[in-house]
Amino acid sequence: MTTLFTILFDGVAYGMLLFVLACGLAVTLGLMNFVNLAHGAFAMTGGYVCAVLVNRSGWPFFAALPLAFVASALIGALLERSLYRHLYNRSHLDQVLFSVGLVFMSVAAVDYIMGSSRVFIKLPAALEGQIDFFGVGIGRYRLMIIVICGLLTAALQLVLARTRFGSRLRAAVDDPRAASGLGINVPQVFAFTFAFGCGLAGLGGALSAEILGLDPYFPLKFMIYFLIVVTVGGSSSITGPFLASLLLGIGDVAGKYYVPKMGPFVIYTIMIVILIWRPNGLFGRTAAR
Amino acid sequence: MFIRTKALLAAAGVAILSAAALAPAQPQAQETVKIGLILPMTGGQASTGKQIDNAVKLYMQQKGDTVAGRKIEVILRDDAAVPDNTKRLAQELIVNDKVNFIAGFGVTPAALAAAPLATQAKVPEIVMAAGTSIITERSPYIVRTSFTLAQSSTIIGDWAAKNGIKKVATLTSDYAPGNDALNFFKQNFTAGGGEIVEEVKVPLANPDFAPFLQRMKDSKPDAMFVFVPAGQGGNFMKQYAERGLDKAGIKVIGPGDVMDDDLLNGMGDAALGTVTAHLYSAAHPSAKNKDFVAAYKKAFNSRPGFMAVGGYDGIHLIYEALKKTGGQTDGDALIEAMKGMKWESPRGPISIDPETRDIVQNIYIRKVEKVDGELYNVEFATFEAVKDAGKTKK
Repeated sequence: MTTLFTILFDGVAYGMLLFVLACGLAVTLGLMNFVNLAHGAFAMTGGYVCAVLVNRSGWPFFAALPLAFVASALIGALLERSLYRHLYNRSHLDQVLFSVGLVFMSVAAVDYIMGSSRVFIKLPAALEGQIDFFGVGIGRYRLMIIVICGLLTAALQLVLARTRFGSRLRAAVDDPRAASGLGINVPQVFAFTFAFGCGLAGLGGALSAEILGLDPYFPLKFMIYFLIVVTVGGSSSITGPFLASLLLGIGDVAGKYYVPKMGPFVIYTIMIVILIWRPNGLFGRTAAR
Repeated sequence: MFIRTKALLAAAGVAILSAAALAPAQPQAQETVKIGLILPMTGGQASTGKQIDNAVKLYMQQKGDTVAGRKIEVILRDDAAVPDNTKRLAQELIVNDKVNFIAGFGVTPAALAAAPLATQAKVPEIVMAAGTSIITERSPYIVRTSFTLAQSSTIIGDWAAKNGIKKVATLTSDYAPGNDALNFFKQNFTAGGGEIVEEVKVPLANPDFAPFLQRMKDSKPDAMFVFVPAGQGGNFMKQYAERGLDKAGIKVIGPGDVMDDDLLNGMGDAALGTVTAHLYSAAHPSAKNKDFVAAYKKAFNSRPGFMAVGGYDGIHLIYEALKKTGGQTDGDALIEAMKGMKWESPRGPISIDPETRDIVQNIYIRKVEKVDGELYNVEFATFEAVKDAGKTKK
């Protein structure tokens, strides 16, 4: 019984991590209708920024985390203004080709600068090991992930649903022409949203180094996972990807524990079943666009 | 603008052509022995390539680049551990560059891809890294200076059965070397009276070991046998400690790849006490090895691992074979010269089995300990002159 809780806990932590990594993609793909396969590259950037700050410059881990966010967001904003902006109105194929090219460039660049071997971030001792909670083993690091990601999700949902910026963003997405007619600076809203999504990915990258491992191939290895989260969750809100992440995280961990022989396929089976049942994802909007 | 570029290109082309035409006229060019070194210098296996490349460079610095009156030239090519590339590069090296040896090969599929070319061109193929048993059977021109997984896995199986380990859970990566390691370990461990209580194969691409480790923990073994590719060892050990398997008294045993000297220090104290069987440790207490480690550290500012030793011995084998043939580069003569060759390597005494062309070497049982503030695999038992069990069975 206690094992069940441990598995559930690990699954939730894994799912939360997936969500932070992928929710930026849900925003760009779902809200801005832009296929950005280079999303993982921003996650990797955040991971490496954190690793360099902690390992080489001796920053404390918790101080380096926000910087991973800021660095990825800045790079995201820069690329959005200089490159991505020109592709918003192009076909999806152009966007895919462009962003895949960006992925390969990032892989080669990081390989060149940082080397190809896996990087670890030195963690404070307080985050290592497990806490025994009524017989249920709770990993401290994973607990921290759940706390951070849970807070982030709540904040995101609030911003999107309750604030002025949230309603501007939703308006800009639903009908950019009418929105700009009402005086909303649509490109600015998009740029900000894009950068924020990249920042979240960067934070996710820094958090995931310990669990998923960080090397120059990160954007390629996990691209599929991000896309699964977005397709299964549907891309009309962030609730969809959030639930999809949790479902996939728990499914993946439990599948690997209970049926290790089938382990790697569980996540794909879940995806196929859900997409047959709801082709637009759990919370997809029907082909309105 | 266009015209100018074209003219430039043409000029460059002429220059290259004339250079190529001149080259064979120089008498020195005919004396050169060329070695095509095919290694993964980029990609996930790049650390293997870098170590071997370093070791070859170090050897040539130490011993000079002339053997039996002939100058040695190494041509390095990067295959990124993709067998299609390996095959293409091997072909180019053999046909265009007319190399006398092909060497390197970071992974098994790469070594296999080049095998038919070695046979056809009668060019010796020196395998410096890849570790699956079958490789040397694929061409009569293949000689190996690295190791086979059977060598270390059978030995750790024997050792575990004799040293009070009764129940073992296994965790191996699901690909050819992982399966080799698992099968040879299982065979020797169960023959010695041990019991496998849990067997998990983890997908090669997934580095989150959490659910698999939880399963290991719940099956309550005395020890777990682990084989994951070199780069994942660090992640594995961290999660092993995070999940408290060390505190639950579950030891880690396995072939030494997981505890590669290259990565050992990054794993942290969780790795302490891990027992592995392997061919080389940077802490091997011989004078030859101390010199090797010191020279390698001085030249490249990092610790040599078993891959570096495979490369160092590989280039040594080429040098010695050339000495024996008096500088002749006939493929058959070189292979004959290599068969049965014995020498003292930084890893200890080794030889080339005259029948299988595979390496015969000591396998050491080692435990991770802290020496001068750094983690090392400290050897405490030796199994002498171990042949590849994958072949001796037949």
